[in-house]
Amino acid sequence: MEMEEILKNLKKDLETVLTLQQLSEVKAHYLGKKGLITSLYSKMRELDDESKKSFGGLINKVKMEASDLIDNKKELIETKILNEKLKNESIDITLPATEIKFGAPSILEKMIEDVEELLISMGFDVIDGPEVEEDKYNFEMLNLPKGHPARDAQDTFYIEGEELLLRSQTSPVQVRCMLLGKGKKPIRMICPGKTYRRDDDDATHSHQFMQIEGLLVDKNVSLSDLKGTFDVIAKHLFGEDCETRFRPSYYPFTEPSVEMDISCHHCKGKGCNICKNTGYITVAGGGMVHPKVLENCGYDPKKWSGFAFGFGAERLAMIKYGINDLRVFYTNDLRESKVFDRKEAN
Amino acid sequence: MIDLEWVKDYIDISDQDLKELAVKITKAGINIEKVITNHIDNLVIGEVLECEMHPDSDHLHVCQVDVGNQNLQIVCGAFNVRKGLKVIVALPGAVLPGNFEIKKSKIRGVESNGMLCALYELGLEEKNDETYSKGIYEVSSKAKVGMDAMKCLNLDDTLYELDIHKHRNNDCYYHIGFAYEIGAILNRPVVLPDDKTSPIKDNINDHFSLKVETDKCPYYLAKMVTGVKIGESPEFIKRRLTAYGMRSINNVVDISNYVMLEYGQPLHFFDKDVLGDKILVRDAADGEEIVTLDGKIRILSNDDIVITDGKKPVCLAGVMGGENTEVTADTKSILIESAIFDGVSIRNTANRLDLRSEASIRYGKGLSYEYTLKAIERACHLLEKYAGATVLSGTVMHDKINKKVKKVDFKSFEINKLLGIVISDEDVKVELNRLGFPFEYNNGEFEVIIPPRRLDIDPYVNDIAEEVGRLYGYHNLKSTLPNEAIKKGEYASDIKYRKIISKRLRSLGLNEVKSYTLVSPSMADSFKYEDKKQIVLPKPMSIDKSVIRTSLISSLFKVYEYNHDHKVSDVLIYEISKTYDANYNEESKIAILMSGNYMSNQWHALNIPVDFYLVKGIVQNVLDYLGFNNRYTFEKAEISDLHPGICAKIMLDGKMIGIIGKVHPSFCKDDVFVAELSLEALMGKVKPIKFKEALKYPEIIKDMAFTCEKNITSDIVMNAIKKAGGRLLTNVRLFDVYEGDNVGVNEKSLAYSLTFSSPSKTLNESEVMEVFNNIIYKVEKELGVKLRNK
Repeated sequence: MEMEEILKNLKKDLETVLTLQQLSEVKAHYLGKKGLITSLYSKMRELDDESKKSFGGLINKVKMEASDLIDNKKELIETKILNEKLKNESIDITLPATEIKFGAPSILEKMIEDVEELLISMGFDVIDGPEVEEDKYNFEMLNLPKGHPARDAQDTFYIEGEELLLRSQTSPVQVRCMLLGKGKKPIRMICPGKTYRRDDDDATHSHQFMQIEGLLVDKNVSLSDLKGTFDVIAKHLFGEDCETRFRPSYYPFTEPSVEMDISCHHCKGKGCNICKNTGYITVAGGGMVHPKVLENCGYDPKKWSGFAFGFGAERLAMIKYGINDLRVFYTNDLRESKVFDRKEAN
Repeated sequence: MIDLEWVKDYIDISDQDLKELAVKITKAGINIEKVITNHIDNLVIGEVLECEMHPDSDHLHVCQVDVGNQNLQIVCGAFNVRKGLKVIVALPGAVLPGNFEIKKSKIRGVESNGMLCALYELGLEEKNDETYSKGIYEVSSKAKVGMDAMKCLNLDDTLYELDIHKHRNNDCYYHIGFAYEIGAILNRPVVLPDDKTSPIKDNINDHFSLKVETDKCPYYLAKMVTGVKIGESPEFIKRRLTAYGMRSINNVVDISNYVMLEYGQPLHFFDKDVLGDKILVRDAADGEEIVTLDGKIRILSNDDIVITDGKKPVCLAGVMGGENTEVTADTKSILIESAIFDGVSIRNTANRLDLRSEASIRYGKGLSYEYTLKAIERACHLLEKYAGATVLSGTVMHDKINKKVKKVDFKSFEINKLLGIVISDEDVKVELNRLGFPFEYNNGEFEVIIPPRRLDIDPYVNDIAEEVGRLYGYHNLKSTLPNEAIKKGEYASDIKYRKIISKRLRSLGLNEVKSYTLVSPSMADSFKYEDKKQIVLPKPMSIDKSVIRTSLISSLFKVYEYNHDHKVSDVLIYEISKTYDANYNEESKIAILMSGNYMSNQWHALNIPVDFYLVKGIVQNVLDYLGFNNRYTFEKAEISDLHPGICAKIMLDGKMIGIIGKVHPSFCKDDVFVAELSLEALMGKVKPIKFKEALKYPEIIKDMAFTCEKNITSDIVMNAIKKAGGRLLTNVRLFDVYEGDNVGVNEKSLAYSLTFSSPSKTLNESEVMEVFNNIIYKVEKELGVKLRNK
């Protein structure tokens, strides 16, 4: 049959087709206006109505079949072209990435935030106080009257006479906070911040440094509560296996006063250079708020008691991250900052 | 420094391991930093059996020495070595002070197996001409050959180096005070040293008058001795002073130092015959002079206290004696002073004159009157015994000191509550006895008397709790937590803002830095954009830290310089800190410094260098984040040290809140951009967030460009377009700025893309064109600019 012959030829022709151009030529040859299949319609005129119908059906069928064959071939060629294109677009995925700059926190701020987050969960508010402070709050009301050896004028940056100074500790915030509490409200707060003392800057001293100070005033607060609170902080910062130790100490604004030690992070308590072979490192000072201080700030020491503690942020960071020069925190060498731009283990 | 061999005079600690004792004491509150022992291994008693001259030397001897288990040949250069002498032998392996190890050796060809020692070579005496001239130490003939030399000669000693807080220093920084501390820990009694004398009838009050004209000397005692024979101190005094680090001068001077180290009470000895018969204690006159014992002229001020002979100063009270009445080899009679002076005054004097003596340190920390009299009696006793002195009866005295007894009333439960422990009344009694605190107990109530020597204890139950607690042992405290919190903690609002902004800037790729509040005057003067007076410290430590900054920009610039010098090419930093002006107004500032590339990938030819618009973008991002969109503008400004053409004020609700700009090329030749904002200004209220639905109807976008004079800013044109656009104009975006051949010399072209849309319908072309043309008409008319033809 003529029609079957046409399809057979078409298939044969398609086999040799390689490009879309060739394909459209083949398509025109069979399905174009004067194409082999199209021209079959002209033969219909010679047929009777009955035969017209069946012949027309046959042509349509052949036409559809031919279209499918051509379309399939088209898809085949296109896929091949695309694949070749993609092959050429292949890249060296090991080439360097576009650098998205890091944004690291200050080591000290990171350290402080670490403590803040823990203590907030324990009900402590985080508050702030002025760095330019009155002598009254920085010393006087903290049981450090004028002439007290601990406030030797050499240690403090006075601004105006003996009344205004750059605070030498964060403790004045305790006073301000208690005065706001008016002897009635229980207090739980920490007040991390900058402090200033007349020290020459070297590996272990800095005229500017940061303290993380805390105060809790309530009924029935004991030194054992401070010990427990310190334990929680120490373990949070230095891991569950961190051991703590209290030693008696002396501060004018606490009584009893303690120094708080942690087992040496470096040697795990075995004894090394860092802990001077004692196995322990002192990280904080504190104690029970001195009754005179409570009284000065309007809290009746017969009814209220409280504990206060203070960490040195630099010292904590030095121990935690193995930094051995205080100046690192204020030099801000971005090559050193970089490693702090990430989350930590826990 | 505490000498334990010395402490043994007052308390029995012969059974104690001194290293363990140091741990106990440290646990109880007195921090012993170091336990120092002077023991040297391989040091034995030997006897010289033979002693011949070295064949090759005119001063060396070759000795055969019996060291107990063997005989050794030792070469010795001392002049006094001789046959039959018992000596201290350092055997090979001994390490002498100065890390000097004794080894077998050959000295000028002769074998030598050790060293015969002088005391100074063992660190037991100072090395000087006198001790050197004594040669090797001659051991008593009774000493047993082969024994450990230090032990045999009783030279073994242990020293504690203390680190005591300022607050509690004096009561345990002398040997008797320290003995009390050990007594409390070990529960053992303290025995005070012998201070008996046999005074003659002659009374000091017949020879001497005392007047005190200052209230800075509440207590002044004096006693007198005659017939003093100046000479060498007894061995034990010399050794103890040497161990403490003091030089032995003579028997009399040594006794004054010795008693001070015993009782903590400084004494001063005057040559009575030079001094005369009168003492007047008064405030110094401004400009008055005294030559102190060290031979230096000291110019005094009215704050100082002086001891005078009625006219001229003879002693700078509590600090140092005067040269004019110094005890000399010819001294026969001595006036002994034991007094209490005002600690603050002494401290100030010592600091001002930079003259810190053993006495001034002790006075400066505050001194109790408890041993003022005891010390003077003890000194008389020792002078009588070791300097042949005759003691006059009576004491000259000025006594205005407050001797009011400090008492504390309390019940045991108060201590238990403070410490979080449970101890009984009986236990409290035991602790008080150990401490040596007298008390009365009545029906559960304690009344405790605080010994005057414990100046550090105030009459509060807390102070008693501390004493009881440290003996109870803080290591025995339980760890408990305070009662449950009734609310969760939170950040104060200013801190919260600081944290929010800080986190935002970090996520935008900036690094937080921390710099100093105190800056140099030149830093304080740089980048000044506010009319603020600055606080200048009256007494700075150094000029480069003398001003409290009002802006953080110069500090950031310093950080930039450091990093730039260290080849960090991209510096993207910020700091948020408080600043203070001369009126003590506090203002927290957010400062930003950016330089280098914000993003880059070199091989990929991708480079986003920091420029003004990038920093502007950072600032806008923060402001938008805080909810201030549409409320801020940037206004051109000129600020010192910033590029005059690349610099702006940042305005929020019409008020200036900060600045932004490029660092002036004459300040820094690299492209560095800075910005600073007031944190307080950003804590204002913002609208709550509201959901905004995306448009349902298509937008129509049309472009227009204007040519205008260069000085017309984009904002002006943008605002004119917005004003003319009305409701249907929903967005305007600048997409091109052109200057060059196609526009006039002083002109530029600004091209904008305008978006039109309606929330309620699809706009048709003619509606939009009407608005579009109206915009062109109005903007041209209002600004005198021209639509640019395509």
